[in-house]
Amino acid sequence: MIQVEGLTKYYGERAAIRDLAFTIERGEVIGFLGLNGAGKTTALKILGCVLLPTAGKALVDGFDVVRDPHEIRKRIGFLPDLPPLYDEMTVGGYLSFVAQLRGVPTSEARARVVEVQRQTALEEVDRELIGRLSHGFRQRVGVAQAMVHKPKLLILDEPTAGLDPKQIVEMRAVIRGLRQSHTVLVSSHILSELSQICDRLLIIQDGEIVAQGTEEELARRFGGRGAVEVEVRAAGVAAAAALKKVAGVAGAEVVRESAGVAVLRAEAPPDARPAIVRALVAAEMDVLRVDRAVEKLESIFLKLTEGKEAA
Amino acid sequence: MRTVLLIARRELAAYLRTMSGYVIIAGVLFMEGLAFNAFALYGAGKKSSDILADFFYWSSGLTMFCAILLSMRLLAEERQTRTIELLYSSPIRDEEIVLGKFLSALGFLAFFLVSTSYMPALVMAYGKVSLGHVASGYLGLFLVGSATLAIGTFGSSLTKSQVLAAIVSGVIAVSLTICWLLSRVTERPFSEIFMEASFYGHFKPFEQGLVHLKHVVYFVAVTYVGLFSATRVLEARRWR
Repeated sequence: MIQVEGLTKYYGERAAIRDLAFTIERGEVIGFLGLNGAGKTTALKILGCVLLPTAGKALVDGFDVVRDPHEIRKRIGFLPDLPPLYDEMTVGGYLSFVAQLRGVPTSEARARVVEVQRQTALEEVDRELIGRLSHGFRQRVGVAQAMVHKPKLLILDEPTAGLDPKQIVEMRAVIRGLRQSHTVLVSSHILSELSQICDRLLIIQDGEIVAQGTEEELARRFGGRGAVEVEVRAAGVAAAAALKKVAGVAGAEVVRESAGVAVLRAEAPPDARPAIVRALVAAEMDVLRVDRAVEKLESIFLKLTEGKEAA
Repeated sequence: MRTVLLIARRELAAYLRTMSGYVIIAGVLFMEGLAFNAFALYGAGKKSSDILADFFYWSSGLTMFCAILLSMRLLAEERQTRTIELLYSSPIRDEEIVLGKFLSALGFLAFFLVSTSYMPALVMAYGKVSLGHVASGYLGLFLVGSATLAIGTFGSSLTKSQVLAAIVSGVIAVSLTICWLLSRVTERPFSEIFMEASFYGHFKPFEQGLVHLKHVVYFVAVTYVGLFSATRVLEARRWR
């Protein structure tokens, strides 16, 4: 659906993005992750045909953003970081205007508006002036305008920005609801939001993609050798000593211990788990749980961005 | 064309729903009324056709003023509120955006011109002027208004600030008007160049009740150049 190669954009002397390269398949929900100012918005604006790149190539559904922006615009729905709303219009009037602007025939526009209002829970404010809506509703109208014409690709720049926790949960449900029929590219600087709704993550830092993959892939790649978490009914020190004897375990430490139950973390690849269980049973310890310790996305993200800053 | 009309209709509704359109029209109508009383009607033993010509003379300036105020928000406001990104990411061409915006302002300006018609109607009721003179004057006002709106649309495409847009367009429009005064104090060929370039040089015949194709073409050409330039500016913005 999207192919990006060597995409670069300069604002004067400053490069907002440099040599960006990634591919997005049809039907994927992709999270675009980066701190503020990392270049997310610039990249999304180029894909949304709002800005032109300084260099490089970006294809959306096979069309080039520089040569065929008109074809791309027919296929996308774009929510910029600030929803493009006309305050003096009613919600229904605005959505109908956008639908027609994007090629929905006048006779079908109203039906599309009703459908998209149902998807985004906007029915109750159909006749309200946009200027009088709360922030949460405005953000939802922004998402609704991006999807009112049933585009193949949805580009949502920070759709959850400024929402309260309840609204964030609702917005997540809206985006999850889109995955059946759309390819979605959604950006955020908050990790937990993306990790819950996206198939794959692209991490951008200082205008460059520093990592991409599923949460697990990233954890495996950037989380070191991997670790195994063990819960046993035994003394922590004894359990740690038993673990260290297992082949493949580089080290073990007690994470916490209470009421005769210890949780330990062993530096070991996931395939060392059977050996660990056998060793603990042989040492006559009750094994309550053996898990692969997944490095949390948060720490990977911080590691990646800190590493970049240090370099 | 459907898109152009869609944009024009939304824009026209925006003029009607927000107070700005009414305030501009009311203000300029008030000034027109004052000018009509103070200048057009002033002077003993004036012929009706002179009163009418004076009315069109003052009206041309105030119509330009009105056009600058009506057009200053067209693109500047879209950029300031960043709703321009909705238009940029929709399958519409830059010329459709510009034309739609311009047509809405032209429609609103026509509404303004119609509401000034009570003044020539009074002259017709109490004096003796031909309908042709009135029609020619209004055609002139419409053309001056259209050319100024196009300049205003161009000015509005240059900046996010409506005030700055109005200043830029005002400077261009006033310069084109002052050309007429320059043509009177310069020698040929400059006097002719200034005369041909000036708004008033081309408007004067309409004021007198005369319609020449060359003057119509001049205003249509200025309108075209203004709108074309605005389109180019919109295109160039995407490279920034």
